[in-house]
Amino acid sequence: MKKKWFTKYLILALLCLTPVSLVKTNSAQAFTGQVIQQGAVGDDVIELQSRLNYIGFYHGKIDGVFGWGTYWALRNFQYEFGLPIDGVAGPTTKAKLVKVTKYDYKNPPTTSGGNTAKTTGTNKAKPTASNTPKGFSQNDIRLMANAVHGESRGEPYIGQVAVAAVILNRVNSPSFPNTVSGVIFEPGAFTAVADGQIWLTPNENSKKAVMDAINGWDPTGEALYYFNPATATSSWIWGRPQIKKIGKHIFCK
Amino acid sequence: MIRGILIGILALGIAGTAYWGYQEHQEKNAVLLNAENNYQRAFHNLTYRVDLLHDKIGTTLAMNSKNSLSPSLIEVWRLTSQAHSDVGQLPLSLLPFNKTEEFLANIGNFSYKTAVRDLEKDPLSEKEYETLKTLYKQSGDIQNELRKVQSMVLKNNLRWMDVEMALASGKEQTDNTIIDGFKTVEKTVTGYDESDQGVTFSNMQIKDENYNNIIGKTISRNEAIRIAKKYMKFDGNATVKVTKNGKGSDFGFYSVAVQNKKTGQEANMDITKKAGRPIWFINNREVKKQAISLNDASNRAKAFLSDNGYKNMEQFESSQYENMGVFNFVTNSNGVRVYPESIKVQVALDNGDIIGVSAEEYLKSFKKRNIEKPAISVDEAKTKINPNLKVMEDRQAIIVNDLNEEVLCYEFLGTIGNDTYRIFINAKDGNEEEVEKLKNPEETYDGVL
Repeated sequence: MKKKWFTKYLILALLCLTPVSLVKTNSAQAFTGQVIQQGAVGDDVIELQSRLNYIGFYHGKIDGVFGWGTYWALRNFQYEFGLPIDGVAGPTTKAKLVKVTKYDYKNPPTTSGGNTAKTTGTNKAKPTASNTPKGFSQNDIRLMANAVHGESRGEPYIGQVAVAAVILNRVNSPSFPNTVSGVIFEPGAFTAVADGQIWLTPNENSKKAVMDAINGWDPTGEALYYFNPATATSSWIWGRPQIKKIGKHIFCK
Repeated sequence: MIRGILIGILALGIAGTAYWGYQEHQEKNAVLLNAENNYQRAFHNLTYRVDLLHDKIGTTLAMNSKNSLSPSLIEVWRLTSQAHSDVGQLPLSLLPFNKTEEFLANIGNFSYKTAVRDLEKDPLSEKEYETLKTLYKQSGDIQNELRKVQSMVLKNNLRWMDVEMALASGKEQTDNTIIDGFKTVEKTVTGYDESDQGVTFSNMQIKDENYNNIIGKTISRNEAIRIAKKYMKFDGNATVKVTKNGKGSDFGFYSVAVQNKKTGQEANMDITKKAGRPIWFINNREVKKQAISLNDASNRAKAFLSDNGYKNMEQFESSQYENMGVFNFVTNSNGVRVYPESIKVQVALDNGDIIGVSAEEYLKSFKKRNIEKPAISVDEAKTKINPNLKVMEDRQAIIVNDLNEEVLCYEFLGTIGNDTYRIFINAKDGNEEEVEKLKNPEETYDGVL
């Protein structure tokens, strides 16, 4: 029994040791080889934040997302230690950080301050936050993904991005409500809302489509309406100037 | 005996069903009534606010003191936005009612622009006063029509649920007082000539929506495919489809769709007919585990842009969304960032492929600019910002401000506490053009995304 444990640990230790030989440091393990820049998410960012926190440059939550707080902390660090100030954690910056700070790999902090989220089971820290596009929360994105899934789940991917883009074009248009929820729940605007299909669980594809649309991809040529020619009941919609057809839907102004 | 029991059971059954049916009927009516009441509230709110709006514009006309003018214009702005949201709650989306909504939005824009202006220094011009007068008259017309509909609704107990049914079934022709009434309102508004509403309205857009600034030869279908090939990786199994834009589009474009039947991969791209500039491009494929860093991806995006003829682009935003990196580039013209000219690039973090480009903003804002020298110095501009802000970075930039004008500014990035702000100070007159709180990463909640 004991031997088994021993060999397991040996393998683990060896695994841990391999990267160490590459990055000459005295700690057990350090950053991977990547250059960390703003917007990045992951373990390296958690380590970066923890190390900056350790020497008092970073005061925010250790959430694994390289946001503005981390950016300024890193720049201040680079300034104080006479490194080139670029806000990017490259090899020299990382080496300096590793030299002057400590980081406990076995028990990485999840969040700093009072409200600590529990890491269950494994001792691996996971990012507890995520990037979201400006002006939208994760819940807004989920709501849009619901609408897109309900409206166009049988459509090609580009058709789903298009439906999300129409929702956003409507938010920006003076002829429609000014909020995502206002546009989606405008009575009679979307059939998926009227028949309850909006409450189906959206899949990954529809979320991705929504993210693409929010990030600025509009396959529709700024369309405000779309309809399925096979099922459209209103004659008025046929009179709108048509821009293009994607999948089963015709998009118009 | 048995017959008696059977009859008894059946009778009970019928009575039970009847009772259940009655309950269901009651419930349905309650739900319908609830929905109806919501519509009624929105409708009566709308007419009330249009009433108030008309009055407010009227009082604004009579005002002379600049001190009371601004609050009054703000009130007008608030009312239009509320009326606008009331319209959004009515089941009118299948009814052409856009003109009225646009009219409301226009009043809102006009009153906002004039309200935020320092009227002491820059009072209402003769023309703006005329515009206000026209708006007063026009809002009066709308008020009148809406009141007519309202009185009919009240007198005849008209129900909005019937409107919804009539619109949903596509039988708009059927005689429905509310629909007819709203159609009349729309007709009234459509009758207002653009010129009636003064110069302030027509100058709303500075963007070149139809890509008129893009100059070049008209390309053919085959050229479109050739350009698309530069962006997407074709292989032998892919089927290519090119379609022209529909008749309703203001500018010509080709849509190139490429599908690889074997892998199920699909890529799409729109290219302007004029000069063959890509508007957007998406390559939809499954992105596997992250293998390259965001920084590598960003360098690839940069290289990709310069390979494709976009000169002097500078990255100003980068974000990782799961296994994809999204980068936002703007033109840097001799150290001045031109924010309206932005291109977004999406990179797959599994192998570093460019899987998306969106150049729509860039193409719409692209033009030759004569960037003037700033009239005030950085230090002078710095005195205009909030002293609590710890300035970390500064540079010059061109942005589109609240009034839809392109202005040269000093951009300051700084922090107050744990939050980061981006502040633009006009480089000519030192006005604070825009203050933006930059987004912090959002905590993930269980079950969402």
